[in-house]
Amino acid sequence: MKISKILAWVALAIGVIYFIVPLIGTFEFSMRMRRGAYSFDAYDSVFSDMQFRSTFGFSMLMALFTIIFGMLLIVPTAYWVRLRLPQMRPVVEFITLMPLVIPAIVIVFGYLRLYNSSSYIPFTGSIQGTNILLVLSYITLSLPYMYRSVDTAMRTIDVRTLTEAAEILGAKWPTILFRCIFPNVMSGVLSGAFITFAIVMGEFTMAALLNRPAFGPYLQLIGANRAYEPAALAIIAFAITWLSMGLLQLVSRFSKMTPSRP
Amino acid sequence: MSTASTSFIDRKTVVDWLGIAPFMIFALMFLVVPTLYLVTGAFFTPDGDFTFKNIADLFTPSILSAYWISIKVSVASSIGGALIGFFLAWAIVLGGLPSWIRSGLLTFSGVASNFAGVPLAFSFLATLGRTGLVTVLLRDWFGFNLYGTGFNILSFFGLTITYMFFQIPLMVLILTPALDGMKKEWREASEILGASTWQYWRMVALPILWPSLMGTTLLLFANAFGAIATAYALTGSSLNIVPILLYAQIRGDVLHNANLGYALALGMIVITGISNILYILLRMRAERWQK
Repeated sequence: MKISKILAWVALAIGVIYFIVPLIGTFEFSMRMRRGAYSFDAYDSVFSDMQFRSTFGFSMLMALFTIIFGMLLIVPTAYWVRLRLPQMRPVVEFITLMPLVIPAIVIVFGYLRLYNSSSYIPFTGSIQGTNILLVLSYITLSLPYMYRSVDTAMRTIDVRTLTEAAEILGAKWPTILFRCIFPNVMSGVLSGAFITFAIVMGEFTMAALLNRPAFGPYLQLIGANRAYEPAALAIIAFAITWLSMGLLQLVSRFSKMTPSRP
Repeated sequence: MSTASTSFIDRKTVVDWLGIAPFMIFALMFLVVPTLYLVTGAFFTPDGDFTFKNIADLFTPSILSAYWISIKVSVASSIGGALIGFFLAWAIVLGGLPSWIRSGLLTFSGVASNFAGVPLAFSFLATLGRTGLVTVLLRDWFGFNLYGTGFNILSFFGLTITYMFFQIPLMVLILTPALDGMKKEWREASEILGASTWQYWRMVALPILWPSLMGTTLLLFANAFGAIATAYALTGSSLNIVPILLYAQIRGDVLHNANLGYALALGMIVITGISNILYILLRMRAERWQK
């Protein structure tokens, strides 16, 4: 028993060193910009960069659209599969897991060949079209996470009874969907939203290959051209991920306390 | 809706299927068809004739070496991640550590497994780069010249260490439930029968856990194999791995044959596909014991 406890602490020490040292290293590096003294100059430089603001804003907007349209696609589908097409569940589940199997770079490669300006559906022919394609590609990327979190939340409510009760009270489909189902799976929607946000904010491949001015390609550009700003940006990016995941934990903990189960 | 008038049953079926039509159309347009387009394109010449030449051309030294480096990095980072991740998961589940450490580490793993891409490369450059914190401290405190040993963050070894930063937490997240599923009775039974700790692990615990361990390692492998952003930000195009080669091909047709690019993509799908299928099979096997 004694030995296993010592070994456990050793394992923990290895883990902590592996995870904490790069973070300390990054933070220390980000403060080295002024010669001979630690300062937050690199952060000043990042925050005052117009390109930082515009790309950050652009990615935020893309994340927002991804979450809204992704959820409008996922929640009704997950609901419908549970209510009417349980035999399709494995198929839908399999499709939502496909983005984990097919690398993002392959998916976007396909888009570029299928939806270029000389094709039948020329998404990449205009800036607006490319932005739409980018949002759609982000929905594809976040499909596994969104579907799983929504489906998990839906497992805890009795979809059939809720629907029948609403129908008896004379509710139409939009009412059932937006005033019964959505509020009841809000915890799932929110956890899916936070993880999607974290993914979209740092995403590089899709945005770079579709040539959109998103935060990911901006990070890469700064990394190739500056010395200290990348470290500051890494800390900022880590803070964003940490914030999203923290909110996710909060939501899932909160939803466990609300007795919505029948 | 022409079929709607025929009968009530038919109409209900049509409505049922219409309900998931948006999702299916989305999946076809943005997941299935783009992938199939590349897969079929790999078997045709630019003029539209059927051929196996693109697949055969994958076995030229430069492309083969890209696959080889990719596989090496993915294998090394997945095995390394799996070993350390397993050790950590074991420590928080069975090691008798305080419970706040467990929840803290799991939360952190959730964050760290999602902290990939370009910023992760910056972190490791700032830590283990030529002027990184660890490099400088090793030199100033111990007089140890890290880069004198041939180490370079912009190399196979450097990329492996960097990938492990998201591989380890992923392993911890997936393996913790599997270790939670180990029943106390198994341990007690083997102790009553006189087994030592070593015998318990060798003859009871590991045979039950190996599908989970192998399966998750394969998942980590596929995870590393498809990743590009970290490697691209870390090494630029100096390290010739498959995703970076494909990136260059998409950007500027460096292979001078569009259809060879499709074959390159097909190769990636085949490799990640096989490891994911094996993962699913092993997972099903693992779940036999967790009911």
